[in-house]
Amino acid sequence: MSRILIGPFNRVEGDLEVSLDIADAQVRSAQVNSPLFRGFEQILQGKPALDALVYTPRICGICSVSQSVASAWALADAMQLTPPPNGERCISLVLANENLADLLTHFYLFFMPDFAREVYSKESWFAPVSQRFKAVQGDASREVLPARAEFLHMMGLLAGKWPHSLSIQPGGTAKPVQAQERLRLLAILAGFRRFLETRLFGADLEFIGALDSEAALRNFADQGDWRSSDLRTFLYLSDQLQLEQLGNGCDRFMSYGSYRIEGVRQFSAGVRSRGGSVQPLDSTLIREDLSHSWMLQGDQPQHPSSGVTEPSLDNPDGYSWCKAPRLGGEVVETGALARQFIDGHPLVEDLVERSGGNVRNRMLARLLELALVVPMMQRWVKEIDLKEAFCHHATLPDVASGVGMMEAARGSLGHWVSVRRGRIENYQVIAPTTWNFSPRDHNGVPGALEQALAGTPVRTGEQEPVAVQHIVRSFDPCMVCTVH
Amino acid sequence: MNLLWLQSAGCGGCTMSLLNAEGPDLITTLESAGIHLLWHPSLSEQTGTEVITLLEALVAGEIALDILCVEGSMLRGPNGTGRFHVMGGTDIPMINWVQQLAARARYTVAVGSCAAYGGISAAGANVTEATGLQYEGEISGGLLGDGYRSEAGERVINVAGCPTHPNWVTEALIELALGEFSAERVDEFGRPRNYADHLVHHGCSRNEFYEYKASAEQPGDQGCMMENMGCLGTQAHADCNIRPWNGEGSCTRGGYACINCTAPEFEEPRRSFTETPKVAGIPVGLPTDMPKAWFVALASLSKAATPERLKKNATSENLIYPPTIHPHKKG
Repeated sequence: MSRILIGPFNRVEGDLEVSLDIADAQVRSAQVNSPLFRGFEQILQGKPALDALVYTPRICGICSVSQSVASAWALADAMQLTPPPNGERCISLVLANENLADLLTHFYLFFMPDFAREVYSKESWFAPVSQRFKAVQGDASREVLPARAEFLHMMGLLAGKWPHSLSIQPGGTAKPVQAQERLRLLAILAGFRRFLETRLFGADLEFIGALDSEAALRNFADQGDWRSSDLRTFLYLSDQLQLEQLGNGCDRFMSYGSYRIEGVRQFSAGVRSRGGSVQPLDSTLIREDLSHSWMLQGDQPQHPSSGVTEPSLDNPDGYSWCKAPRLGGEVVETGALARQFIDGHPLVEDLVERSGGNVRNRMLARLLELALVVPMMQRWVKEIDLKEAFCHHATLPDVASGVGMMEAARGSLGHWVSVRRGRIENYQVIAPTTWNFSPRDHNGVPGALEQALAGTPVRTGEQEPVAVQHIVRSFDPCMVCTVH
Repeated sequence: MNLLWLQSAGCGGCTMSLLNAEGPDLITTLESAGIHLLWHPSLSEQTGTEVITLLEALVAGEIALDILCVEGSMLRGPNGTGRFHVMGGTDIPMINWVQQLAARARYTVAVGSCAAYGGISAAGANVTEATGLQYEGEISGGLLGDGYRSEAGERVINVAGCPTHPNWVTEALIELALGEFSAERVDEFGRPRNYADHLVHHGCSRNEFYEYKASAEQPGDQGCMMENMGCLGTQAHADCNIRPWNGEGSCTRGGYACINCTAPEFEEPRRSFTETPKVAGIPVGLPTDMPKAWFVALASLSKAATPERLKKNATSENLIYPPTIHPHKKG
C-alpha cells in the first residue's frame, strides 16, 4: 500500500487536496480535504439581516447568484414575502445565466483540458483533441471566452454586474426591465444558442433536449464525424476511455428543485436512487456531522437551522474544514445528473439506470441542461410583462427564521437564517460540494467523491493519476462554497 | 513577462470577472502584452507536483517571476499559524508561500479588495486574522509589512474592487508589461489611477434624479439612491459608470447602491449597506470634495425645484413621465 497526496488540485474553483491509498494499481481509499476556512457563518452573526444579501454572494465568485438567490429566499421565507411573476422570471433568468455560464466554463476550461495531457500523447485522437482543448492554448478557449462574456451581458441588463450583484431581493428584483432591454435579452440568447448549436452540439437545442435514451444519443453521435462537434468529441473520448466505468458513486441522488416560476420549480425536487422512483425530499432529515471535520465537536449532528460552526484543529480525527452533511444518515450526490434524474429526463434516466453516476453521465447531464434551459430562458424573457411589478416589499419581523433551498449549477444549496431584533442570530450554509466532497461521518462512511474514487485505476508511475483527475473534475467542485 | 497567479481567502470572483474581458478576450490580451502565464489555478493544466516544482523553482530564483498576482486575503490564523489556508499538497500555509514568492517578484499585484486590504474575508470578528498583502484595512502593513518593496522597488499594486472589473486588471498588467508603471500611477491606497481617479457617480445614469434630489425609496425605484438607499457612488473611487460591466451594467444601473467596494474597510460600514444614515434628515457622508453648507443649501434648493416628472419617476419601477417634447415654434 502506498499513499499519494494530490494538491494543489487545480481547475476546480478554490483549493483542494486529495489523499489516496493505492494498492495493486488501484485506489483503495480516498480522503478529500478542503484546506481553506474563511468563516462566513461567523462574519454574518450580528449583522443587519438584509446585509446577508451583500455578504453571502461573496462566499463564491462562480456561484455568486446562487448564493444571492438562496439568501433572498431564506429572507423572503422569514418575511413571508412572495415575488411577483416578473420578479420570479428575472431571478430565474439571472440564475440560469450564471448556471449555464458555469456549465460551459466547466466543460471547456476545467474538464476537457485533461484529455490534452501528455499521458495521452500516444493515442490516435491526441492531435486534434489537444489542438482544440489544450489548457489556455487550445482553439476552444478562444471561442468560448467571447461567447461566455457575451452571454453574461444578460447580467449587465438584469443584475448590474456579475459576480456579486445586489439586484436579487426577497421580494423580486431591484432591476425592472425596460422595453429595449427585453429585446436585447432576446438577441443575446439567440447569439448564445447559435454558439451552442454550431460548436458544442452540432444540432438544434430542441433535438438534443429530446434525446430520450442512450441508443438515441449513440445514433446522434454516429450521424457525423467525431470531430464535427464538441459533444461528439466528448462521446468519442468517453468510449475510447470508458468514462462510464469511472467514478461510480453512491447512486443516491438529491435535488432541491430549481427555477421557480409562478411558485412552481421547473426542475422538481426529490431524492432518488438508481433503480428506484422519486421520493419526496424531507429537509428536516438533514444533519451536519462534524466527526472528521476541524470543528469543535458537539454532542450530535445538528440540523442546519440549529447548526454551529466553530473551527478547531484539535479534533484528532479531523482532516478537512468541510462538514459532512447527510440526509437521513445517508450520503447523497447532487448536481446536474441528480437534477435531471429526479426531474425524470428520459435520456438521463436511461443513462443512470444503465451505468449509474459516473464521469460520462455527470458530463452529459450538464451538457443536456445547456440544451434544455436556453429555450426556457427565451420563453421567460418573452413572458416578462413590462407594465407589471418586478418587486414586492415588506418589513422584516423582529424575530423570524427562514430557509432558502435552491439548485446552483453544482447542485443543492441551502441557507438557514434566524433573526432577532433585525439582526442575524445564526446563519448556516450547506453548499453542493459540501455534500459531494464531505469527509467521513461518525459511522466512518466516506463522502460521495471519496466513494467514487475507490477502485480507480492508477497507471504505473503516475503521481497525479489522470483517471482521478477526470473523476474529481466530473463533480465540478466549488471549494470556496464547500467550506465558506 | 512571467506571471504567476495565486488564490487564497477570497471567492475566486476576481478571476471569474477577469474571464469576462472582451475586445479582445483574456488569453489574447495577455498574449499580445507579452505576458506568459506560468500558472493560474483556474486555467492551467499543471496540477499537484507539477505546480509545487514550479513554485520551488520560483522561490529559488531559477525561473524569473516578473508579476505575482494574489487574489483573496491572507489568513494569519489560527494564532498566527496560517493554517486556516494550507496550500493543497504542500502542508505549507499560503501566507508563507506568498511571503517567499513576493520576495522574488519584480512586481506584486493584489487583485481585489481581499488581497489589497483584507476585504470581505476580514469582516465581522475576523476569526481567521485575515489581512491584505500590504494593508490591513486602511493601515499600511498587512502580511508583507509597510517596508516591503518588490524587486523593482515598488509597493504592492492594489487593484481593489469586489470584484475587480476585468479591464482594471488587464490595464494594470499591460502597464507593467510596457514598463510604464511608476509609483505616481497609483493613489494613496495603492490603487491604479487608471480607474481610481474617477468616482462611481461619474456617468451614473441616475444623475438627473441626483441633481434634483429625487430619491428612490425602495428596491426597484428609479430615483437617486444616495438619500435613502445607502449609495456611496459620490464617494467611491472607480469608473463603473464610465465603462460599464458585462456590456451595459453597473451596480447603480442594476438597481442597487454602490457599496464603495474599492475602498479599504468597505466590508464594515457600521450601518446597514442599503440604508443611508441621517442626522436631522440630512444624509451622513457628503459627496467627495463638496462643502457641507453648500450641499445642504443646493439640496434644499434643488428639492424645491424638482420637476413633477422626476418626482414621480423617482419612486416608480417604470417610467411614468417621459421627458416632454418641445416642438419648434411655428410662425
